Amino acid sequence: MNSASHYDVAIIGAGMSGLAAGIRLAHFGKKVCIFERHNAPGGLNSFYSLGGRRYDVGLHAMTNFVRPGVKGTPLGKLLRQLRIDRDEFSLCEQKQSRVAFGPRGEASLRFTNDFAVLEAEVAQKFPAQIDGFRRLVAAVRTYDDVSLDAPAESARAVVRRHVTDPLLEDMLFCPVMYYGSATEHDMEFGQFVIMFKALFLEGFARPYDGVRVIIRVLLEKFRAAGGERRMKCGVRSIAARDGRATALTLDDGSEITADHVLSSIGSPETERLMQPWAAPVVGQVADLAASSTSWSTAQQAAAPIGALTFVETITVLDCQPAALGWGDDTIVFFNDSPRFAYERSTEQVDTRSGVICIPNNFDYGPGRVLPEGIFRCTCLASYDRWAHLPDATYHADKQRWYAAIQRSAQRFLPAPPASAPDAFARATLATDMFTPRTITKFTGHLGGAIYGSPVKNRQGHTALTNVYLCGTDQGFLGIVGAMLSGISMANYHILQKS
Amino acid sequence: MTKDECKQVVLDIIADIAPDEDLSNVKPDVRLRDQLQLDSMDFLDIVMELRKRHGIEVPEADYQQLASLDSCAEYLTPKFVALGK
Repeated sequence: MNSASHYDVAIIGAGMSGLAAGIRLAHFGKKVCIFERHNAPGGLNSFYSLGGRRYDVGLHAMTNFVRPGVKGTPLGKLLRQLRIDRDEFSLCEQKQSRVAFGPRGEASLRFTNDFAVLEAEVAQKFPAQIDGFRRLVAAVRTYDDVSLDAPAESARAVVRRHVTDPLLEDMLFCPVMYYGSATEHDMEFGQFVIMFKALFLEGFARPYDGVRVIIRVLLEKFRAAGGERRMKCGVRSIAARDGRATALTLDDGSEITADHVLSSIGSPETERLMQPWAAPVVGQVADLAASSTSWSTAQQAAAPIGALTFVETITVLDCQPAALGWGDDTIVFFNDSPRFAYERSTEQVDTRSGVICIPNNFDYGPGRVLPEGIFRCTCLASYDRWAHLPDATYHADKQRWYAAIQRSAQRFLPAPPASAPDAFARATLATDMFTPRTITKFTGHLGGAIYGSPVKNRQGHTALTNVYLCGTDQGFLGIVGAMLSGISMANYHILQKS
Repeated sequence: MTKDECKQVVLDIIADIAPDEDLSNVKPDVRLRDQLQLDSMDFLDIVMELRKRHGIEVPEADYQQLASLDSCAEYLTPKFVALGK
């Protein structure tokens, strides 16, 4: 065995979960190397430069924000486990966010990092539901969401036991699903709890310089702990014998060996490395609300590729969004349909619902504002209808849908003054848009499935005894969840057993 | 190593793992879990830092010996002494 190419642990993917796992393992003396196919770290939460500007890829806000002194939450656990001082992330809190439903946002629920605001909004707008809402919140608070072997249950079924108005039900599900659900229409209750806490009971924050601040902290901790990192060097296949991984073949054709392999690239994507000849399954977990047993049945099947993917538009403005009358909202989750449909889009983009993010509207401190206005919109999309277009059609479709998304989303924000109906267009300096095709190209996630497979694998086991999953398909959601996933899997499979 | 020095070793580790905890008034005879916000992940880290920094092995069956500072000192001091520390 060549000791130069043998590691205690090989980690596939330099996203949030892979980096967090790497920090833990290197800190406790493991010889660890992270292999990343892309030239930039961060995975689904990376950043890039275009036309002299730096953009964040996916991150609207870091969820799970709690103020200093609040203990026992995911953010606190993460900081402790990675020996990070919370000031290193320099998190700035959101101003306020909203869920806006109806053709023009007639039904609206405002929320902030103070949960009492949402509770008061529900009490005022859904007075008949407030007792049930409080019971739901109590059920969420007492649920053990970090258990690795909790029984599975339909979130819709649990929520309906407490909340009987379908409008309120959908308004609660909309943000929770958009920020993490890999399943259509419904989700597993444990996943709902993780997201409900992350969004409503905890909250939103962002570093002034965006996600790169968080990635930089992780990279520096990993390097200081002695971890190795190889960029532009993905893993092409995993060779196995007797149920164990024996070697990894890298993109450049070379081979390395490792006692343990942690894969953050997703469950079907990891299966494909083990069996590069097998065709993956595209699918969904059907009708959870109807059958409480379908989750466990589904978990026995191989993990299908996720059906949910997104487009996102980014508009750079020559003014602060406040100058257009948009100075209050940090995030707006919108929907114009009688029932909120979180499902694979039949058209290229489903503009009926979506998420608006205005990064300028975090509280960066007195007099501290982002140099330019940023306006981001996210909508559900169809992978198949974007993936295989000829280039000319692809670019034309992006332009067409960019305009359609702006029209749909801006219905849920204050209208421009009658004297300047085209103020947004005139303030626009630059635009960009990513599609499901972009997601697959840069992250390797099959089907553009940002939230991964509908089947989550809490314990991270795979068909090979020394290969484990971490990240999206292990099932802790959001970027704090992703980091905790890397930590948990490194602890559970490697550090606790050595 | 004396038992007091051993307690300080454990406190130093906790200070690094949980810098947001106030360790100025930790009672040696009270379970750490009852006076500090420490979960099972934190206790795993105490065990692993003992190994990393001091070469001390604590098998899983003995984790309960780390419940309080007093019990830590009773259990760990002989291990330090055996290592010539």
